[in-house]
Amino acid sequence: MRKSFEARFLGQKRSTKNPFDLSQDQIVRYSRQLILKEVGGKGQKKLMSSKVLIVGAGGLGSPAALYLAAAGVGRIGIVDSDKVDLSNLQRQIIHSTRTIGRPKAVSAKDAIQALNPEVDVVTFEERLEPENALDLLKGWDFVIDGSDNFRTKFLINDACVIKGLPFSHAGVLRFIGMTTTVIPRQGPCYRCLIREAPPPGAVPTCQEAGVLGTVPGVMGAIQATEAIKFIIGAGNLLVGRVLYFDALSMRFDQFELRRNPKCPSCGDRPVIKDLSQVDYGNVCRVKAE
Amino acid sequence: MKADRSIDIRGEVCPYTFVKSKLALEELESGQVLEIILDHDPAVENVPRSMEADGHKVLSVKKVGKDWKILVRKA
Ligand SMILES: [Zn+2]
Repeated sequence: MRKSFEARFLGQKRSTKNPFDLSQDQIVRYSRQLILKEVGGKGQKKLMSSKVLIVGAGGLGSPAALYLAAAGVGRIGIVDSDKVDLSNLQRQIIHSTRTIGRPKAVSAKDAIQALNPEVDVVTFEERLEPENALDLLKGWDFVIDGSDNFRTKFLINDACVIKGLPFSHAGVLRFIGMTTTVIPRQGPCYRCLIREAPPPGAVPTCQEAGVLGTVPGVMGAIQATEAIKFIIGAGNLLVGRVLYFDALSMRFDQFELRRNPKCPSCGDRPVIKDLSQVDYGNVCRVKAE
Repeated sequence: MKADRSIDIRGEVCPYTFVKSKLALEELESGQVLEIILDHDPAVENVPRSMEADGHKVLSVKKVGKDWKILVRKA
């Protein structure tokens, strides 16, 4: 029976290999997103050849890294100079009790590869500094700001705007989170929202004020969603909008953000053309010319 | 009806029957015809349904021996 069936279809264009050259394991692993029209085989191939850099393997970077790895992003870079501490584990779910004391970048890499061994993980056990920022940001398609301080947030913004590199910004404190996506020259940047960092001590850190672990969890998942949408070219990004999340009242709000023509980073006559023009030591103010 | 492409997914069960069918269809141009050969009986209902839900036209569903042959035109 089978033989005659085979004969019937002989001579037709017949392929035993899978569509889009996906392996059997890849078809099974990504099946729930492959059947989404917005992803499909084309989108999956885009994800598999994409490169996303995550600055900070903390409360935001943990879920972002895991979801990006799960979705099949080809290369994930992790920048973090810290070591895993017991007090991190309430929210930094990529790490575990077993990896306390290990570099966060390495701990994150292990967790990503346990989740999806197809991902190429590159670790940078260093802090993002004005001296290394432009180098570290070279060769990536999208950046996730998972940092926990204003200095790094301004540095990521200024460096990404200089390089024309899209990134997702997020910040969390107590029960509040906010996030926006910056596509340089298409929409506003972080400096259009806040011109410079508040003076040290004016805004409490998570260490002082506390944060509920699920808040960076929600925000980091949104950041990964934005990266995936950018890579596959689907939907509307959080460009020119700031999404504000209050976990206590369980409300999402959003407000519009316009590009400031006088923005020192992305304005009509930007003054931040290289990172040496900013004093990242204090409030990230542009140095007097 | 001559198919522009044929995909043999005998041995596959749901949901991979329609995952692979959708992917094969994605590789075709609008208006082209895909032939799907399968032997998982529940897929004979599921595959055409998921194809039609995506707006494609199911041209025929035929039993050939123990197997099934489905022809779909891409929207
Ligand atoms: Zn700006």
